[in-house]
Amino acid sequence: MANKPTAYNNRLGLKGWVYAGNYTFERYLYIGHRLSGLGLIAYMVLHIIETANRMRGEEAWAALMGLFASPVFKIVEYLLFAAAVFHAMNGVRLLLVELGFFLGKPQEPIFPYKSSVMKHRPLTYIIMLLAGLLMALGGSSLFFK
Amino acid sequence: MTDTKPITFRIRRYDPDVDTIPHWEEHKLNVPDGMTVLEALHEIKAEQAPTLAWRSSCRMGVCGSCGMFINHLPMLACQTQVLHLGTDVVTVAPLPNYDNVKDLVPNLEPLIQKHAAIKPFIILSNSKEIDEPTGEFIQTPEQRDEYSQFTFCIKCGLCLAACPTVATDPLFLGPQALAQAYRYTVDNRDCGLQERLEAIDAFHGLYQCHMAGACSQACPKGVDPAFGIQLLKRTLVLDSIGFGKKKSSLARVMPLADVVKAIEEFAPPPRTV
Repeated sequence: MANKPTAYNNRLGLKGWVYAGNYTFERYLYIGHRLSGLGLIAYMVLHIIETANRMRGEEAWAALMGLFASPVFKIVEYLLFAAAVFHAMNGVRLLLVELGFFLGKPQEPIFPYKSSVMKHRPLTYIIMLLAGLLMALGGSSLFFK
Repeated sequence: MTDTKPITFRIRRYDPDVDTIPHWEEHKLNVPDGMTVLEALHEIKAEQAPTLAWRSSCRMGVCGSCGMFINHLPMLACQTQVLHLGTDVVTVAPLPNYDNVKDLVPNLEPLIQKHAAIKPFIILSNSKEIDEPTGEFIQTPEQRDEYSQFTFCIKCGLCLAACPTVATDPLFLGPQALAQAYRYTVDNRDCGLQERLEAIDAFHGLYQCHMAGACSQACPKGVDPAFGIQLLKRTLVLDSIGFGKKKSSLARVMPLADVVKAIEEFAPPPRTV
C-alpha cells in the first residue's frame, strides 16, 4: 500500500490544448494559431529538404517539380497560404492585444460586466474578416487565373 | 408547489483507497427552478450517494471552494443554477489541471504556491517604512482604479482549470498568479517589480500566456485575469525599453502632520441639527 497514489493526475494535457469545447471564439483562434504555426514550421523543414534536391541533379529536380504541379499539391499549397494568412493576421491581433491595446481600462466588475475578451471582440471580427478576404483573393488567383 | 424538471447528474467519482481511475455515476433528481448545482449535490448526497465528497463553504460565491467542471466548463457550483445550464444531463467533474484528491475535490496547493511565488504584497523601496512609518501613503481614486478590479480574486482556481497552457505545462505560473502580480506591480505604493521578475520573467512565466482568453471567461468574479496579464506584458515591455513608470515609495509618503491637516481640510461640514 505504500506506493499507492493518493491522488489522480487530472491534468488535461494535449486535450486541454486542442479541445476548446464551450469556450469562446478566441479560444478557438488559439488552437488555429498553434496548429497553423506548427504547420508553417513543418513546411519550412520540408521546403529546405525539397530545395536541397537540386543538388541531386537536374533530372531529380524536374521530377520533383512535376510532382508539385499535380492538383493535390495545389490544394496543399493553398492550405499553406491560408495557414500563413491566418497566422499573420491573428498574430497582428495578438500583438496589439498583448501590448494592452483595444482592451479598455480596468473597471469594477459590476453587472453587466464585459471582459477584455469581449471588449476586443470587434477587432477580432475585423481582423478575421480581412483574413477571410485575403484567403478568398489568394484562392481565386491560385485556382481560377 | 414549485414546478420541477427531472435532471440526470453524471458525477465523476474517485476514491484513492479503492479506485485506480475515476468512474462516472448517474443520479436522477427533480430540480426546481433556482436550485444550484451545489444544492443538487447536497440533495444527492443526502438521498442517493452518502459518500460523495466535494469542497464547499459559503454557498454565495465568496469563498471560492466549490469550483467544479460543470458541463465541461469550470464554474462555481454555488453560483450555477442547474436549469440555467439548459441540458437534461449535467456532468459534474473535479477541476481539471489539478490533482484529484477524491470525487470532486481538487488539490489546490499548486495555485497557492504559484500565488506566493509572485510575492503578493506591497514591496516598498524603503523597508524601514514598514516598521517605522513616517506618514501615510497617498493614493488617488484614479490610482486605485488601476488595480481594484484585480483585487476581487477569491483564489477559486477556475482560471487555471480553463488555461490551455496550464494543461500542458504544470510549472506555468498561470492566470491567477500573473494577474495578481500585475495587481501589486501597478499599485502606486509598490516598488517590487524587480523582485517579482525572477518568477514572472522566466521560462514558465508571463510569456507562456498566448491569450486564449479562457481564464477571463471562467472567472466568476470578473477579475479578468487575461486583461491583467496583457497589461503586465505591456508594463514589462515598456520597462525594458526605458519607458516604464518610475516609482519611489518615499516620494509618496505624506507626513503625519499633513495627514491630520488633510483630514481637517476634507472634514464634513458641521452638523446643523
